[in-house]
Amino acid sequence: MTDLSLAIRNFETDYADARKSARRVQAVSTLLFLSAVLFSAYVGGFFAFTDVTLPSGERVSMLKIWAGLPRLGEYLEKTIPTLRFATLGSDLAEWFWRWETWLRLLWETILIAYAATVLGVAGGFLLSFLAARNLSPGRPVSVVVRRYLEIIRTVPEMVWALIFVFCFGVGPLAGVLAIGVHATGSLGKLYSEANENIDMRPLDGIKASGGNWFQQMRYGAVPQVIPNVISYTLLRFEINVRSSSIIGYVGAGGLGQEIRTAMSLQEYTDLSALFVIILFSVTVIDFLSERLRHRIIGISEHWT
Amino acid sequence: MTDAHPHSDADFVSGAKARLPGAFERPLIHRMMPAAIVAALAVPFVYSAVAFGATPARFIEGLTRLGNILSFMFPPHIWTTWQEWSEILEGLGETVVMAFLGTLLGALAALPLALLGAKNIMPFSWLRLLSRRGFDALRAVEQIILALIFIRAFGLGPMAGILAIAVSEIGTFAKLFAEAIENTSRKPVDGVKASGGSNMQAIRYAIMPQALPVILSIILYNFESNARSGTILGIVGAGGIGFLLADRMHAFRWPEAWSIIFLIIATVYCIDAASAWLRKRLI
Repeated sequence: MTDLSLAIRNFETDYADARKSARRVQAVSTLLFLSAVLFSAYVGGFFAFTDVTLPSGERVSMLKIWAGLPRLGEYLEKTIPTLRFATLGSDLAEWFWRWETWLRLLWETILIAYAATVLGVAGGFLLSFLAARNLSPGRPVSVVVRRYLEIIRTVPEMVWALIFVFCFGVGPLAGVLAIGVHATGSLGKLYSEANENIDMRPLDGIKASGGNWFQQMRYGAVPQVIPNVISYTLLRFEINVRSSSIIGYVGAGGLGQEIRTAMSLQEYTDLSALFVIILFSVTVIDFLSERLRHRIIGISEHWT
Repeated sequence: MTDAHPHSDADFVSGAKARLPGAFERPLIHRMMPAAIVAALAVPFVYSAVAFGATPARFIEGLTRLGNILSFMFPPHIWTTWQEWSEILEGLGETVVMAFLGTLLGALAALPLALLGAKNIMPFSWLRLLSRRGFDALRAVEQIILALIFIRAFGLGPMAGILAIAVSEIGTFAKLFAEAIENTSRKPVDGVKASGGSNMQAIRYAIMPQALPVILSIILYNFESNARSGTILGIVGAGGIGFLLADRMHAFRWPEAWSIIFLIIATVYCIDAASAWLRKRLI
């Protein structure tokens, strides 16, 4: 009886201690988190004040974020085109007045995304076999290739674009290379993860019948990963279309350069027109690529 | 013995081939298919190479320049004065702060919206579909475009970047959170309801404990990705290290630019490590 009550008492003290330390950890981490939030808000200028002239002519000091909100509304309002039902045709024609240029640049945007995807697939696919831990010819090779892929995908497309615009001049070629390099990094990682999840027995079979490393990859690994590779590639193409539509902002071709022009010339309705064009084409491409993805997954199951 | 068999092996094989052609070789059309697909995929690529003027001469020139730039990478440029260092470190810190606060604000705004889009919480399908389409529309807007718009309203600086990250993350988060909430089990909800709990209590005590680990892991993952992509916000002037990087590049100060890129990569590594540690602790 006394043993039991002693055990219970021990348990209670242990429990109380555990509760106490858990509470302490929670209090400290909450405090740290809150101070991080406050510090970030301070750095972000959320507590900064700015002088604003009211419509009445009076100058007051108010929070920067509060002063900016009406300006944001005004800006967005200016981008809305005037569309009247009676003159819808001519209003639309005025809204999309540069449609010939925009259509050409849209085509260029999609071509950039396509060519960059091809480059990314070629690079990523070849490197993914070297990067995969189970397939790589040697551990140092896999480590080096992994680091390389990591580095080229950590540097954003926009930064690659700045570098390639300097090297290859202003134009879509720089955009293709920039997005292609970044896509190589992302696809190489995804492909190598697919490679690491394959069944190794087919490769052992090929090795046992005298196949070299390339033959093991070609006939043992590739057939297993192809459905995944195609699916990732199509997803990457969708992402690349989005990237190539803005990469022109730094001079790397595509619709982005029109966004920059419209911004600096304050052609507000052009901005909304470009937005509609990009949104429409991205939606259509996403839809088509999803259909294609499902069909290809169906076919590959049927073939292999 | 061979005389007992009327057919030789060769005859047997050719007979089998005649009966089952598919077992010996694939039909021509199947063998041609991969080559045809590759050719069809190569045509637009070659066309784009021609249209974009990718001539060998241009490649040689471009690659020479690239090699030139890359040669500035080693030895890395090391700033000597504290003033220069503090500028760079402030930029890096600003990028991290922008990713942190932007992700946090986006997540806070997305959580109530996610409840609108979750099938097991929102009974009206029209409202659910409407909010889902809203999330899609929000996700379709590029972060950098949002940043450009916010710069017009809030001026150059990290505030525009934070709001751009927050707004573009609302769409992503709301969609992912709604999916996380939909993937919870119904049984705890039934339990709370059976013991007399209200709908709000069911969300708080039955759904959230299941969904919260997934939601936290999504937030951490997006924080990492925002820290990576936050660099580009600076290029358009929305705060962070990107501005300094673009500035060094435009001034052709490549050694410094490479050092900044190395520091960005190092920062991203640290953030990835920290968030992996945090993920292990929290989930």
